[in-house]
Amino acid sequence: MIRVRDLRKHYRVHERAPGVASAMRSFFHRRYKEIAAVDGVDFDIGAGERVGFLGPNGAGKTTTLKVLSGLLHPTGGEVRVDGHEPRKREDAFLKKIMLVLGQKQQLLWDLPPSETFELNRAIYDVPRPQFEATVRELTELLEIKELVKRPARTLSLGERMKCELCSSLIHRPKVLFLDEPTIGLDVSMQATVRDFVKRYNERYGATLVLTSHYMEDVAQLCPRVIVIDKGKLVYDGTLDDLVTRIRPDRRVILRFSRPVDAADLVGLGRVVRHGGVQTVLDVHKDEVNGVVARALAQLPVSDLTVESPPLEEVMGELFARGRAAPGPTADEGARPPGETAS
Amino acid sequence: MSLRATVRALPALLRAGVAEAVAYRAEMLVWVLATTMPLVMLALWTSAAQNAPIGRYGERQFVAYFLATFIVRQLTGSWAFWDINFEIRNGTLAMRLLRPVHPLFAYAADSVASLPMRMVVSLPVAAVALAVVGRQELTQDPVVWLLWPVSLAGAWLITLFVNFIVGCAAFFLESSTKLMDAWGIFFFVLSGYLIPIDLLPGRLAAIVDWLPFRYQIGLPVELMTHGRSREEAIALLSRQWAWVAVTFGVTVVSWRRGVRRFESYGG
Repeated sequence: MIRVRDLRKHYRVHERAPGVASAMRSFFHRRYKEIAAVDGVDFDIGAGERVGFLGPNGAGKTTTLKVLSGLLHPTGGEVRVDGHEPRKREDAFLKKIMLVLGQKQQLLWDLPPSETFELNRAIYDVPRPQFEATVRELTELLEIKELVKRPARTLSLGERMKCELCSSLIHRPKVLFLDEPTIGLDVSMQATVRDFVKRYNERYGATLVLTSHYMEDVAQLCPRVIVIDKGKLVYDGTLDDLVTRIRPDRRVILRFSRPVDAADLVGLGRVVRHGGVQTVLDVHKDEVNGVVARALAQLPVSDLTVESPPLEEVMGELFARGRAAPGPTADEGARPPGETAS
Repeated sequence: MSLRATVRALPALLRAGVAEAVAYRAEMLVWVLATTMPLVMLALWTSAAQNAPIGRYGERQFVAYFLATFIVRQLTGSWAFWDINFEIRNGTLAMRLLRPVHPLFAYAADSVASLPMRMVVSLPVAAVALAVVGRQELTQDPVVWLLWPVSLAGAWLITLFVNFIVGCAAFFLESSTKLMDAWGIFFFVLSGYLIPIDLLPGRLAAIVDWLPFRYQIGLPVELMTHGRSREEAIALLSRQWAWVAVTFGVTVVSWRRGVRRFESYGG
């Protein structure tokens, strides 16, 4: 469905030092610097896949998404989305895709979302019966039947995002690009949006490409992740595999029936937190069984949980490695270009 | 973005535009107040012409002229530059570019969609004008009346295209609103909006003939208020439509270059 080869996107940005003198100098003579936002990225995404783009701020995620949707022209390389060259923005291509930007809206601000739905029906030439069936289905799934009659400006951020999603899917796009779709939403609304997007993907077999700073979005939605850092692809594979490679630890949480001294924990693993009746340990995945057995035998354990380390910490560690070493990091995790995750 | 798809979506674009235009009643009132400058000029000029006519304008002629100016301004006004400038600056133009409808058609549809509301304001003024000054102050020549809608369409197109050009400047500048302010200075003085063109000094009036401003307001007003013979009307109309062609050409070039820049830097 999506094929990207040696994608490059370079920007020329104006730069100057702070201060009035520098401002005056730059008025007459501008200095520019070339920034490689995306620098030789390769990947393929199959039809119906859900893929998360991860990376620190400025890594090139949104730039890649904008290139894929045809908003940005690449500096070099080859991009194909369902056989189309996105940069041409042909009607046939635009009718197959949708880009949802969490921070930019397409709803008509002063009108009820139902008016935007109707407008999109005409713009995308959706047959009336299909339009009505889609709106009925989407409004039920998103629980916005009553909201769509109120002016968009009177809706809360979460309500607007739900209407935004509904409006974006009126023409049932085959490829959905989502850039920070849950930004600013509360936890329950994030879950609603995630659930809806997943159901849309499963129902219509749509391909989904997502960027989000909320790791939960990626963890819940995307079996496959592509990590971009400094414009380069540093990982392409399953999320579980990424976590295992970066942090081969498990987090063991022990709760005790009576306070336990820190000295009693020596040899069990790296102590992340200890609070007397509860302790959090990081233990190498191969040693978890032994540690758990010893803890149960030696300590007054009343409750025990073993989980993967928080995704935020894993990504933080991955990006920290990237900052420490120039160029791609975690290369060992990167799949050869062109190989599609199954 | 095919023309066929755009034409197919036009009724929906117009419908949404009309709905947006009537969404705010208070804003509508403010907007009406903001376009009453010709009525202020009417009061000033009729008072100045109380003792003796100024040029060919006595009190009744000034009333006819400025009421016609008010109506023409209502029917040909466009504020598309504001939306274009705003959407380029905050990046929401991206959403328009990803729809299979040309964004400029969508902006034009917005402009046309506000017409019904403007008619609500301008039709009563037209009725009052007719009652106050009588039919004798309006053009009697049916041929000139046939040319009037053509001049009105030309005036609207020039205004719209200038809005597009100024709006597109936001692709290259931080903001293009100051550019519209600068255009506005010339527009107000040289279009016939504040001063009838034939009251301008001879040399200036001759220059104004070659500039686009008078074709935005002055020409349709002059055709309404028998300021022009058939021959003059046709000559001026040909210049007006030459300006339509020029502003259209500049619009196309500005838009293409601007969008290319937008595609390089993103929204």
